[in-house]
Amino acid sequence: MHEQFAEDLALLAMGSLEGDERMTLEKHLESCSACRQELEALRGDTALFALSTSGPQPPQRAKQRLMSAIEAESRSRTVGVSKQRRFPWWAPLGWATAAAMALGVFWFWRQSDHLASEMARMQQESSARQAELEQAREVVATLTAKDAVVVPVAAPNAPPQPQGKAIYRRDSARLIFVASNMPPLPSQKAFELWLIPVEGAPIPAGVFKPDAHGTAVMVHPALPAGVVAKAFAITVEPEGGSSTPTMPIVMMGAGS
Amino acid sequence: MATLYERYSSIVYSVALRVLGDTGAAEDTLQEVFLQLWRNPGAFDSGRGSLGAWLAVITRNRAIDALRKRKPEADIDDVIVSVRPDFTTDTERSRSLEKVRVVLGAMPAAQRTALELAFFEGLTHSEIAGKTGEPLGTIKTRIRSGLLTIRKAFEG
Repeated sequence: MHEQFAEDLALLAMGSLEGDERMTLEKHLESCSACRQELEALRGDTALFALSTSGPQPPQRAKQRLMSAIEAESRSRTVGVSKQRRFPWWAPLGWATAAAMALGVFWFWRQSDHLASEMARMQQESSARQAELEQAREVVATLTAKDAVVVPVAAPNAPPQPQGKAIYRRDSARLIFVASNMPPLPSQKAFELWLIPVEGAPIPAGVFKPDAHGTAVMVHPALPAGVVAKAFAITVEPEGGSSTPTMPIVMMGAGS
Repeated sequence: MATLYERYSSIVYSVALRVLGDTGAAEDTLQEVFLQLWRNPGAFDSGRGSLGAWLAVITRNRAIDALRKRKPEADIDDVIVSVRPDFTTDTERSRSLEKVRVVLGAMPAAQRTALELAFFEGLTHSEIAGKTGEPLGTIKTRIRSGLLTIRKAFEG
């Protein structure tokens, strides 16, 4: 560390340096790793100083609020899965399970990428969680492997038909949708899935674009809870999706 | 995220509350810090230090921004915090807390005040000098030696 910057480094770590002194030091830091290291160490010292405030606990509602926000963001996330060949009508069930696991793995990967050491500790604490993670990783590795071959199994001479499966849990508003052999879309258009309730207008249930093989997977699009689904329908809409369906309905299936 | 929350929400909330002095505003900062971590866990580089220390520094910066009602000043990715204790376990946290309190208790009051004004109130060194009526150089020296005193206590 350069002694002439010693005091200014401490002020910068505190966020208390300003003006020309700050500009000069920041310019120097761009080329001086020793001073950068000292800055990081001084920030560490400020963190220890911050620890002196420890004591107050956040109210329970703060945790609920955070978890709700995270859940809402997770729900709107869609996952696209690529494949090499068409797959048969019953395959979506397997894909749905895999997609649900993929979402779990995706979350863990986000965590573990740079929080590797934190994750290691968490995994030690929960061997059960680690086993689940491992299983999910294996599923995803199989799904995404370049050498994976998907072999269609169907009745002889049956031409491939567009197929979709919506797996829907009303109470938790959870929906997994998988589609195969979907036809190509016009440019700047996308498919939109609709939940047709027993009463009321169709509810948007996610916009998707199939991959080159006509496959698409949507996991947990945002939906209101407790809606009884009379049917699910698909229309072609602008890429951003619509709030009401544009006729005609290209695919539809009634709930049981 | 629930595990990380259980482990670090107290540090994050305490720091935010100390800076903002208002439980509602502290909760908002707590929410913002953890959501940011969830959205962008890559911002924390685990190879460079402890998550608890990083969260403490990020929280302080966000709380000061909230106090000044300004947009976040720096990307959280740019903040690297290097520190030895990692605050992972309750025991480690309380041991570190005890140590910091002992160090601060033994510190001259003027030095402790300078650290507090800079860190928890977000004052610049010239604002601190103006407030305490002391020369700028004295404030600078106090802040650096104060931080080094804390560091030394953890090196032993």
